[in-house]
Amino acid sequence: MSASNQEKEPLFSPKNIKLLTSPLNLNNPITVQVLGICSALAVTAKMKPAFVMAVSVTIVTAFSNLIISVLRNGIPPRIRIIVQLVVIALLVIVVDQFLKAFVYDVSKQLSVFVGLIITNCILMGRLEAYAMSNKPWPSFLDGLGNGFGYGMILLMVAFIRELFGSGTIWGFHLIPQSFYELGYKNNGFMILPPMALILIGIIIWIQRSRNPQLIEE
Amino acid sequence: MYSNGYIFRYAAILVILVAAILSTTALVLKPFQDRNDAVDKMQSILASAGFEGVDAKNAIELFNKNITNMMVIDAEGNVVDDYTADGKENSKAFKLNLKEELYKKSVGKPFELAMYVVQKDGHKVFIIPLRGVGLWGPIWGNIALKDDFKTVVGVTFGHKSETPGLGAEIETPIFTDQFPGKTIFDEQGKFVSVGVVKGGLVNQPVELQPHLVDAISGGTITSNGVGGMLKNVLESYEPFIKKQG
Repeated sequence: MSASNQEKEPLFSPKNIKLLTSPLNLNNPITVQVLGICSALAVTAKMKPAFVMAVSVTIVTAFSNLIISVLRNGIPPRIRIIVQLVVIALLVIVVDQFLKAFVYDVSKQLSVFVGLIITNCILMGRLEAYAMSNKPWPSFLDGLGNGFGYGMILLMVAFIRELFGSGTIWGFHLIPQSFYELGYKNNGFMILPPMALILIGIIIWIQRSRNPQLIEE
Repeated sequence: MYSNGYIFRYAAILVILVAAILSTTALVLKPFQDRNDAVDKMQSILASAGFEGVDAKNAIELFNKNITNMMVIDAEGNVVDDYTADGKENSKAFKLNLKEELYKKSVGKPFELAMYVVQKDGHKVFIIPLRGVGLWGPIWGNIALKDDFKTVVGVTFGHKSETPGLGAEIETPIFTDQFPGKTIFDEQGKFVSVGVVKGGLVNQPVELQPHLVDAISGGTITSNGVGGMLKNVLESYEPFIKKQG
């Protein structure tokens, strides 16, 4: 009975839409779940690698969620973490190989970080918290949503760091030469990882002051 | 629940399946990746000699047109292999594994080196491939010398996994544009390489400035790696260069 009800649920029911949108704000993987901080510090010195990283993580979370959700009833609980890791590693390596074969430039840009997606806590966090106990389609949406939420914060941080750290956006010079002649200098601290941590802290602060329900007792 | 037998079977099947998928992907994509690597290497070689507008499409054609000779040199500075025909991507010099050769050098075995000769604006330019270590992994590049074997025409650098925004900046013009005009031998003809210094080039003694460039803020280990790579590779060519003089 309940199964037939579930099947009739439209693909983009309000519940499924919520899976996509809630990670953007109230359930953001970085600022609320505090996952994936390490890569957020490392790839956000420039916009371009941050963007490609966000896309790659979104693809990998979505499809690993999907695969694990399909397998979930057969996975022995005692080795579930290993199974999850194997699936994640498989997807990451395949993505990396495809990037190297067909978009060599992008792959050169991202270099080591594609491999480091394997260690991104968001992936295993979502597999454990969601895909292991939900159906494939909602799991897929949950993966997409969390990838978007992660990418959004990454791009916000990268925008600020690139603008003030290098005076560029997406590699194009934005701050006019005349500013430099007047004594303006790029903030070298911005391109160092600690500044990313401070910026994420500020984003968390703003988000929590606007959404009091996020503040713990 | 699940028996131990089930767990073992599950794990075994999963791992074999994943291994099969990965090896198939790697095998199918290998030719594309190798080609990308070769084209990238050609672009880098041409860019170091100052050729502009070289992209992935015309790299092979321009490479064969402009490179006049692909030489292999031994540790005593003798030319042991010449390659002037077309299809230079098949030459011994192009395929020489610099990593292995530099390892042989470090353990005191005989080794070979590559040198590419380019005809540019009526002058010969000599390009030396580089390889060394950065912070996270290998770094490499090409340095082009004028026919006096002393003055740098240009450089290109590449890296496997240096930090974007920091060490990875070695491949940007901000860093590489410092090199043209530097010299690897001093006034007395002594080999000095091109060093990478912290704390500002302008604060260095004037007589050393032609042999130094500024390092990258936040990329100290990668910058040191570049300096070390230049010294280690270029000194191996000293016997060859002395013979030309």
